[in-house]
Amino acid sequence: MLALTSPVETWAHRIPPGPKLAALAVFSLAVFFVEDPVLMLLPLGFAAAGFAALGPVAARAGLRAIRPLWIFVAVLLVWHGATGELDRGLALSGRIVAAVAMATLVTMTTRLDDLMAFLTRALAPLRRLGLDPQVAVFAMALVIRFTPVLLARGRALREAWAARSPRRPTWRLVTPMAVAALDDAEHVAEAIRARGGLGSPQNEQET
Amino acid sequence: MERDVTFIALFAALIAILGLVPSLTLISGVPISAQSLGVMLAGTVLGAWRGALAATLVVVLVALGLPLLAGGRGGLGVFFGPTVGFLVGWIPAAFVAGLVTERLKRWPTFPAAAAGAVLGGILVLYIPGILGMAAILGKSLPEATLLSTPFIPGDILKAVLAGLVTATLARARPGSVPSRPAG
Repeated sequence: MLALTSPVETWAHRIPPGPKLAALAVFSLAVFFVEDPVLMLLPLGFAAAGFAALGPVAARAGLRAIRPLWIFVAVLLVWHGATGELDRGLALSGRIVAAVAMATLVTMTTRLDDLMAFLTRALAPLRRLGLDPQVAVFAMALVIRFTPVLLARGRALREAWAARSPRRPTWRLVTPMAVAALDDAEHVAEAIRARGGLGSPQNEQET
Repeated sequence: MERDVTFIALFAALIAILGLVPSLTLISGVPISAQSLGVMLAGTVLGAWRGALAATLVVVLVALGLPLLAGGRGGLGVFFGPTVGFLVGWIPAAFVAGLVTERLKRWPTFPAAAAGAVLGGILVLYIPGILGMAAILGKSLPEATLLSTPFIPGDILKAVLAGLVTATLARARPGSVPSRPAG
């Protein structure tokens, strides 16, 4: 399964996720206080320079990620144009586009493995509450592994539908998809138990 | 515990694919993303805690950059956009949907799950959703509510479908629907 990380290796990929996420938080917070649409060009230009530095392929992928925002920008501009405060509409639109663009930039330049490792460290305090961060990471790995499996099952069900009916598939396909998810969950749980279970060795001695 | 973890993970995957599978027609001719139906189902099938954890898994994986949202969207950008409240709101939505389905023990599964899906998947979901829209678009709460109303009819339809699917699952796999333990 494909993550949204850009496969084109750049200097930004080599910065560890911690500082990058902290920089993103500072940037988004700062943008929130900019009220002047002309001043907003500064963070927008900053984000655009970031994409430009990644090269044309990555820049196009980044634009694709921002495109769904157009509807909100349109609503804001029409709304504030009608109330005669176009400046505010422009500033609000710029704020959203700049923050989303910068966050997309972080996602595109951080490998999933690096983020997972960062998350495992960030979740470590959960151990004190009796929760094992390894179990959380295992659950994430299961989702990543089984999303394509269920997706393939969904496609097979659609094809079976198309072979029998001239109409488009309806919500009725959701039921067999959910049955597949339940059955897979039971089978995987059984397989994990057969291999010694999820608990750490100490837990096993307790039970 | 293994069973809890796999149920949560597989339903997180179900939420993801219901967004990725190209538009199933919910009513004749109107394709709507079935992803929020997946969130309702996570609650009504798995129950409050497991449902909320399944939704949490999807939200965390989206934050990590996986394209699990409808239309293959994902990444940190989503969390700075106007719809952030509707994404983060999946967690309390699935929780309440599950809680209602579990508590209405005496009711048959269909009305119990449909009621849970309406309360959790619509009422509870729209609170953070509207708050997020209001904050990011710089609008008042009534204005943000107005901007969200076009989606309510589709969501009511999905809540009914969530009830129907949950009732069918409880009949097809009696031992495997944690929110409605058999017997």
